[in-house]
Amino acid sequence: MREVLRVAWLVLRKDIRVESRSREVLYTTTFFATSCVLVFSFAFVRSGRPVEGAESGIVWVALAYAGQLALGRAFERELHHDALRGLLLAPVERGAIFAGKLLGIVLLMALVEVVVVFFVALFFSTPFFAHPFLFVGLLAAGTIGFAGVGALFAAMLARAQSRAVLLPVLLYPITVPVLIAGVNGTLALIQADPNLDLARFWLALILFFDAVFLTLAFWTFEPLMTE
Amino acid sequence: MTRMTGRWSIVRLAVAAVMFAVAPLLIAQAPYEATMGLVAKIVYFHVPVWFMMFLAIFVCGISSGIYLFRERPAADRLAVSAAELAVLFGAMGLTTGPLWARVSWGAWWVWDVRLTLALILEMTFVAYLLLRKYGGPGSDKLSAGLALFGMFNVPIVYVSVNVWRTLHPSTTVVPTLGASMAGPFWWCVLAFLALFLVMLEGRRRLADQEAELDRLRLAYDEEY
Repeated sequence: MREVLRVAWLVLRKDIRVESRSREVLYTTTFFATSCVLVFSFAFVRSGRPVEGAESGIVWVALAYAGQLALGRAFERELHHDALRGLLLAPVERGAIFAGKLLGIVLLMALVEVVVVFFVALFFSTPFFAHPFLFVGLLAAGTIGFAGVGALFAAMLARAQSRAVLLPVLLYPITVPVLIAGVNGTLALIQADPNLDLARFWLALILFFDAVFLTLAFWTFEPLMTE
Repeated sequence: MTRMTGRWSIVRLAVAAVMFAVAPLLIAQAPYEATMGLVAKIVYFHVPVWFMMFLAIFVCGISSGIYLFRERPAADRLAVSAAELAVLFGAMGLTTGPLWARVSWGAWWVWDVRLTLALILEMTFVAYLLLRKYGGPGSDKLSAGLALFGMFNVPIVYVSVNVWRTLHPSTTVVPTLGASMAGPFWWCVLAFLALFLVMLEGRRRLADQEAELDRLRLAYDEEY
């Protein structure tokens, strides 16, 4: 177990170092997510006021789109100089490699979330932090579920043809349940009369999805990445 | 051996044909449902079609798991056959559902959770077929991974009806059908099951023959 954590940390550290040198994925995904918020405002602001509850959907959809962009790029990078093959040939548990890549994507998405939540709260005067623990819990659990499935699909598509098109085709039908729960959970928190029990229920549901999806992802990573 | 298989296929096809020929008579004799009347008779078609979609998803998911972990090509051929049937029966369910919804709920589509998740399942297996078609070499394994994920989504679809109280008739409708309606209903389920088995076997044999043809082509190329 300690060896798995050590390898995951090494992979994560490598990804952080690569990203910190160019900051390419962080800057582009953050800008893209902010653009999504702007575009959504054209659809959901009427007479200067946002449609009630739209903020929850805006946050989650912007995060999903930005996450998809980050996922594709995170594994595309590994194709240069056949780095992915080198990574997979390393005499370590493949699950640990997956864990490292997953943590890198979760970290990146968390940074994007800080910016998106800030802008949505600012533009729409949304009280996201009226119940901070539940809100952060929903975001964290949703991000882990989305990134868990996404990292596996992005990894397995890294060598496939048409990977840029196929990633969203595969990703959304599987992760939509997590997004539905995230949107509705956040909505329960930001409405005029917050429904904490409902928010807790949606959080529990996302955690259930996470448990199923992450178990499946770790279970299938090894055979899926074997050529 | 092939002749025997062919004969069995004809027998299965004949059984399915006879069952489908008898089904309209049984449905016509069944009493009207108390609140929805004649329109509720679509249940004899709509629900068995969903059962077959779920069955196809389980066959595809389990076969994909066997292919992924045991590397048996025959399991992959069964999986792709079942995936095509899942999409086919899903499309039938998604066509008959709105017809029923229009009369019962006054709208062609209602964003009720079970409908939404049924759409998600259909999209998952359309994605499976797209991946196989456009994914290039190695897409068989990738699609097997996707099918496993798709299969694990199914129980969530079913349980969701009871968890989220929605517009959709609850899952307790089918077990509580009266005897006069349950008979024709389960007859239709068996008729669709017979059709499903005929189609699955036919598609699997086609996949086997395609694989054999590929093998022969490769052998020919190596020799000449």
